Parts: sequence; C-alpha cells; structure tokens
Amino acid sequence: MARTLTLLQAINEALDQEMERDSSVILMGEDIVGGSGAEGEMDAWGGPLGVTKGLYAKYGDRLLDTPITESAFIGAAVGAAASGLRPVAELMFSDFVGVCFDQIYNQAAKFRYMFGGRAETPVVVRTMYGAGLRAAAQHSQSPYSIFTHVPGLKCVMPVTPYDAKGLLIQAIRDNDPVIFFEHKGLYETEGEVPEQSYSIPFGEANVVREGDDVSIISLGLMVHRSLAAAETLAGEGIQCEVVDLRTTSPLDEDTVLESAENTGRMVVVDEAPPRCSVATDISALVAQHAFDALEAPITLVTAPHTPVPFAGVLEDQYMPDAARIAAAVRRVAGYAQ
Amino acid sequence: MSASDLRALVMPKWGLTMTEAVVVKWLVDEGADVELGAELVDVETEKILSAVESPASGALRWRAAEGSTIPVGGLLGVIADADVPDDAIVGFAATFEAEFTPETEAVAGDEPSPQRVEVDGRSLRYLKLGEGGEPVVLVHGFGGDLNNWLFNHEALSAQRAVYALDLPGHGESSTNVGDGTVATLAQAVADFMDALDLPPAHLVGHSLGGAIAAELAGTAPDRVRSLSLIASVGLGGELLAGFLDGFVTARRRRQIKPVLEALFADPALVTRRLVNDVLQYKRLDGVEDALGAIARNLVTDGQQTVSIRECLATYPGPTLVIWGAADQIVPASHAAGLPEGTHVEVIEAVGHMPMMEASLRVNQVLGAHVQELPIP
Repeated sequence: MARTLTLLQAINEALDQEMERDSSVILMGEDIVGGSGAEGEMDAWGGPLGVTKGLYAKYGDRLLDTPITESAFIGAAVGAAASGLRPVAELMFSDFVGVCFDQIYNQAAKFRYMFGGRAETPVVVRTMYGAGLRAAAQHSQSPYSIFTHVPGLKCVMPVTPYDAKGLLIQAIRDNDPVIFFEHKGLYETEGEVPEQSYSIPFGEANVVREGDDVSIISLGLMVHRSLAAAETLAGEGIQCEVVDLRTTSPLDEDTVLESAENTGRMVVVDEAPPRCSVATDISALVAQHAFDALEAPITLVTAPHTPVPFAGVLEDQYMPDAARIAAAVRRVAGYAQ
Repeated sequence: MSASDLRALVMPKWGLTMTEAVVVKWLVDEGADVELGAELVDVETEKILSAVESPASGALRWRAAEGSTIPVGGLLGVIADADVPDDAIVGFAATFEAEFTPETEAVAGDEPSPQRVEVDGRSLRYLKLGEGGEPVVLVHGFGGDLNNWLFNHEALSAQRAVYALDLPGHGESSTNVGDGTVATLAQAVADFMDALDLPPAHLVGHSLGGAIAAELAGTAPDRVRSLSLIASVGLGGELLAGFLDGFVTARRRRQIKPVLEALFADPALVTRRLVNDVLQYKRLDGVEDALGAIARNLVTDGQQTVSIRECLATYPGPTLVIWGAADQIVPASHAAGLPEGTHVEVIEAVGHMPMMEASLRVNQVLGAHVQELPIP
C-alpha cells in the first residue's frame, strides 16, 4: 500500500527495512545516533536532520557514532564492506570528501578490479549536497561529477521519495561502492511510497514529463525547477520532455539519446559549476551520438564557475531557477538554422 | 432515432482516479454516419490511451476540439440524425455545457476505494462496486491487477455487486503464491468468496484468471453461477514464446515495453504511465519470485501445461468465451471445440486484452450473459 512520505522519511524507511532484512547492514557516521552522551534512546537525534531517527532504538549497536574523522570512518566502512558487512556510512556534507577521498577513490573503487574481480565492496556513502540553504561555500556544493568521473563508483541522486527508497535499497544490495547524494532542499518533498520493500535498477533514467519540442535533461533538485519551467512553457505552446537522470554512473545513455532524437533540441540543467561536469558530459554524449538529430545547439543551464556565495541574493543568482531554464528553452525552441 | 432524439457522447470514467482526459484524435469526420459501438475518438488519460465508442447509431453532428481537455461526464460529441437542424445541435451542446457540473475533488473522495481481506494468511486487495443481485467476481490474468477491469467494472455494476480482486502475487495483495499452481490460486479465490460470504457468483476470468475461474467451476460448481472466460489459458498448447519469461525478468522500461505491446492489437495503447505502473509493481520484493512460480506451472518448453477442458466438460452452468481475433499471446483458435452450449464471441482486430480494447462490446456480451440467466 502506498502512502505519502517525505523524501527524508523514505530514506529512513529504506534503511529500516534493509537493516531488518539483512543483519550485515550497519550504519556509521557523525551523530547518526546523536545526543550529548546521555544514557538511552531518548537522547538519540538520528543525525543532524533526523534521517536516522528511531533506528538506534531498534538496532542498537549496529549504528555507530563516529568521531569527526571522515578519513577514519569512511576507511573503516570500506574495510568492513571488503570483509563481509554492508555498511552505510554518512558523510554529513559531500563537501567534506576531501579528507577521505583516498578511501573512496583509490581504495573502494579499485578493489574489484585489483583483486581479479574476486573482491566486493558493498559500501554505501550517503551524503548531503546542494545549495540554497545559506550554508556558504564549504557546505553547499554539488560535487557529483567528481565521483561520476571515477570508474568503480556508482553515483545516485534521487529526486522523489519513491525513487529515494527504491534507489537506496538498490544501493545497499549492490555489491559495488555507491555514493548516494541527498539534496538538502529535497528532504521535505512529499510523494507516494509503497510500504513494501522494492528496488529500482541503476542506469534507468525517468522521463518525468513527455513532450516533443525540447528535451530538458536534469538531475537532483534541478528536476523540480525544470518541471516548473516546463509547466510555464506549456502555456506558451512549447512542450518539454523532462528527463531525470536518477544515476550519473551508470548513465542511461539510451534514454538521453532517445529524447534528443525525439525533439532535436536539448537543454541540460545542472546545479554544479560547468567545467568537466555532468552537463558537459551529457552534451558531449548527444553531440557525438545524436548530432544528425539536432536542430539547435545544445544549451547548458548551470551554476557559474565560482564557489557557492554566502550572500543570499548572490546564492539565489548562482543556482539555476525556472526562469533561467525557461529562457534557455525558448532560445533553443526558436533557433532556426 | 427520431429527429428529436439527440444523444450526448460524453467522456467516460475509466478507473477511480480518472477525472479528465485529452481528446487526441477523432476517428470519424463530423457529419459521418456512425454505428452503435463504433470507435469514434481516441482520448488519453494520464494512464491510458483508448477509444470512446458511440452510444448510439446516427450521424456525428458535433465534436469537441482535438487537444482539448474534457472532464469525466463532459461533452465529447453529439450524435443525431442527419436531418436534425444545425441550430438544434448547437442548442443541445450549449444547454449540455451550461447544465454540466464537473465532478469535484470532494465527490471523488467519496467514491468506493479498494479494501483488504485476510484470507489464509494472505492479505488480498479488492474493489467492490455496485450492490445486491447475484455478485460478479472479476479475476485478472498473469501480471495484472484489479485495474485491468477499469473499462468494465463500473459498467457491470449497475444492477449487482461486482468484485475485482488482486490475486496473490499481484497488485497490492500479498506476494505469497504457495506452489503457484492454478489450483492454489483458485483456492485463494474460493477463500476470498468465503471470507466475504458471497453467494454463488458469476466468475469472469481473463487469461490466467480464466483458468482459475474454470478450475473453481470444475471443483466447486455450486459456487459458480456462470463462467465467462476472456482469452483464457488452458484451452490449447500455444502461448507466445518468451512472453512469460520476458514479463517475469524485465526490470527496465526498454525490456518490458515490447512485452506489454504484444498484449494489444494496437501497441500505441501502451503509454509510458502504463509501463511505469507495471515496473513499479514488478520492483516490489517477492513479485519476481511469485510470477516465476506461477509461470513455471503454466508453461513447459513453450507449451501450456494446464488444461481446463475437463473442468468445462463437467461444469453444468452457462459458459461464455470471449476472444480477440488478433490475440498474439494465446491464439483465438483455442476457442474451438468447446462443449455444446458454450457461447463463443470472437472480436475482430483486438488482441489479448479485449476487455480494454473492445470494452463496450465486452461489457454488452458480459452484461447479457449474467443478465439473461433465469433466476434460480
């Protein structure tokens, strides 16, 4: 039976159901149990935003509060995965990856390949990303392209509560390291979620709106803004096909190319800065494999190539919004060779 | 049809959640003569594209614009004789529009919604529409659910209670299918009828559901007032190679879409929403195993292993068999050689889902079948 949950609740339910189903699933991270050190579960906050709330009471010491030492606990999670557990480690902000990148990029991502395909590293790193919360340059980035670039990692960014639950369950059951990106601005998004467990395969983009005039390829929070733009544009007679990539590695190239071939006009919307980004990658893919179908230049709507500004008025300018997306679509729709 | 006899062609309601649909394409010109039951216009809801059939014979005198969104019950067209003056047609349409009140959200909330019943350790979901009379029980096919009857359920329920259930392993019912045999599933339907304290019922089964209904008619004929089998399995050997396996193992849109398209004579009926609904169901834990167990009991080496012919031979009640002539899954030739007295209805240019692709015709035939029986 489906009922309405927030994306935050959907993540909590996925963790709960997988911990219930499989005793090798453990959680580790800063403050995921939480509290000030007092006795008992009443003091367990379940992480800074309450994503893991209630799990300590059910699963006790399968939740490990760690020191503020990402290099140590991400490394421990990778090691635990290599030796038989299924750890879900919470890297509170994806901006903090710098201090534990070796454990992810040069260890977890490599084991399967360096040990003749005989080693598996079923670790999930859950991590917050994204701007818009006035959290300044070190807590607001969208660094998914850095991880997408690394062979051996899988990169997931859910947009709806339904997808969040199904993709996180898939991530936990997956035998490779998965980086699971949670946008701070999406936790309160509501949607229908089945009570039962289910998993969504990686590499299956979601066409969230059909249209024949212009394709908008998007991911994360930007999918909502792309849909808002598409709604406005429909009133002007421009029908947009909006694609949510869901995962950037593996990437569902077929759905992107199918959409490009259907509309011949493409806008790629990405919250991250533009150099060596998911947006440029999608653009290259389409230019290489669907060039003949294109009737207008591929247009990117991204953040500028700067750190995320702290001043609210600048941060709002920094993030692509529905108005900028709609303006780009109008240019692409009106382009004549 | 007399000169004063104008008939409104209105937007039908297909399923509980439908509130409106878009007029995609008219299939007949304005002014053209149409027969009762002829397909007049393709409309698309968020779930499905389907044709609306003519409620009367006459000329199609007025049509809603293509691309327009019409609420359920709203005016799609006007059917009248060719000699009715244009003014009368325009007046009729204007009056209809003026008096029409679209169904509000509040009213939609009052409608019957699916319920659950615990049967033999399983939770079965079902939807009941209508009251009284001899009940009808609708049993969907392999991989289906109670929504397969969205074009039929309400139409059949005008004078009687009509129950559509999700079989074990399907829809939102429990995924436990036991050994996955037709006998086990038939027992689940019998238990369902017991749990709801149903008197002998008119069983309508589609595909796998046909075999289940026939099994019940063979083993407990006193529970079955009449039998209606739509594109049933169990009447011959052939079953489209790879269909069951393809349905069971597909996890992605590109894998499931061609499988679903084989169900219909017109593959355009398989919308993205339909594909997504099937994928959402198939992603649930336990569904693939449940479907696999059922499939293993249906087919071996590409041939059906279930036969319901013996059940039909011994069942004394009235039996109706409906088939789409263009069925790619189970060929309509399987309707041959049935016991004497069986009413066989083969519908041209329709695939494995006649209750969706030719709903008006199927509703007429089913309605007559359950109606014309003498009161016992």
